[in-house]
Amino acid sequence: MGKILECSALTASYDGVNVIEGLSFSINEGDYLCILGENGSGKSTLIKCLLGIKSADSGKIIMGGGLKQTDIGYLPQHTNLQKGFPATVNEVVLSGCLGRRGYRPFYSAAEKKIAIQAMERLGIADLAQRGCRELSGGQQQRMFLARAMCAAKKMLLLDEPVAALDAAATEEMYGIIKELNEKDKMTIIMVSHDVVKSLDEANKVLCLCSRSESFFGTPHDYACSHIKSKFLGD
Amino acid sequence: MAENIRIMFTHDFFMAILLPALIGGVAVTICSSLLGVTLVLKRYSMIGDGLSHIGYGALSVAAVMNLAPLKVALPVVIIAAFILLRLSESSSISGDSAIALFSTTALSIGILVSSKAGITNDVSHYLFGSILAMNRSDVILSVVLSVIVIAAFIFLYNRIFSVTFDESFASATGVRPAVYNMIFAVLTSVTVVLGMMMMGSLLISSLIVIPTLTAMRVCTSFKGVVFVSGAVSVISFLFGMFISLIFNTAPGASIVIVNVLFFLGASLLGRALRGRSRA
Repeated sequence: MGKILECSALTASYDGVNVIEGLSFSINEGDYLCILGENGSGKSTLIKCLLGIKSADSGKIIMGGGLKQTDIGYLPQHTNLQKGFPATVNEVVLSGCLGRRGYRPFYSAAEKKIAIQAMERLGIADLAQRGCRELSGGQQQRMFLARAMCAAKKMLLLDEPVAALDAAATEEMYGIIKELNEKDKMTIIMVSHDVVKSLDEANKVLCLCSRSESFFGTPHDYACSHIKSKFLGD
Repeated sequence: MAENIRIMFTHDFFMAILLPALIGGVAVTICSSLLGVTLVLKRYSMIGDGLSHIGYGALSVAAVMNLAPLKVALPVVIIAAFILLRLSESSSISGDSAIALFSTTALSIGILVSSKAGITNDVSHYLFGSILAMNRSDVILSVVLSVIVIAAFIFLYNRIFSVTFDESFASATGVRPAVYNMIFAVLTSVTVVLGMMMMGSLLISSLIVIPTLTAMRVCTSFKGVVFVSGAVSVISFLFGMFISLIFNTAPGASIVIVNVLFFLGASLLGRALRGRSRA
């Protein structure tokens, strides 16, 4: 499998302060990368750089395998579904196809089919015409994942996908993500606070420990170094 | 009453006063209801209200200085809209207090300037509206504006939905929310200034807010809300106009009351529909 994303010596700032300094890592097609780190460690800034919303101060993000930034399916953190926002599940999921459209104004039949397939894949096809305000938390998150899948050709970027879910829905969500990674060969980048579960699921770990310090490697190495620092450090 | 109806359809009155009012009014109500869908859902409802007060201030100053009212009010309101959107996005002053600050300042300036100069007649038109005094160029401007707004809604519909629903996802798909917010700021400003001449600066925000709220009571889809709010606002406008002509009531206030009645009706209907789907 070839390299799909490479980040080299990336430095990015927020409000004039460097939050990421000299960060380097790379992932291959089909990888499941988990990004860990405290609040304020630069996770959100890194995501914005990866999505091309924010430009880096120095360093490079190189995409491989024909990946473009708008081909990344993005699941934003804790999407605040506005209470009472009028939109059907189908309208929300279909809006994931926007990146494919360029400046053509309307969705084609092919794109409508992509949306239907994504909803079927996540078991929410029967909810398509329902208003999104009627859904449960788990159903909403699946709707947003379906939207991300419409945008994704090769890669999904999930920002704390289980943060607002209860235990049962969390398990289910992890199951779905794992399946997308293994069966559909989707490259996954997941930001998470749940260290234990992340080490279980992912095959690579990136930890933004402080501004200029980071760990990148396998979950096994991370666990070892983590235990080591626990014993030797504090 | 019968006399009023007869006058309404005399040829001269109809051609010279009623027809321009109807054309301009329908155009402006369509614009305000379409833009209102996005403004209400983005929680910018009060921007329309704030802008109209700023417009009132600008028009008063223009009247005192003998300048063309639209040429002064339009740029001032557009600039104010940019500033208000900026302030709403940044967190230093919260959006609603920023609007309150701006609009009361502008309103006070308007009242001070016009009372000092002794001009109250023209200016009170802008406070309460004077739809029957729409002139040819107002009507042309309204129609051009409505064509632009409707075209924008048709061609940018999916982008508008995405930006309204979830800005962070929209920007990840390559849509730049800031650009759309800017387009909305300009279109809203022009709509508010035109609507202000018609409904008065005190009532224009109701044209922006109420049709969307009405549509949200009965529709689950975004598309449904867009269509229903457009339809409700036009029907309310026409009803309100005829009521005002027949019973000699203030046009702006009559239109708002019809809008409110539609809202109440839709609330009851929506409750009944939801009750049935739950049962």
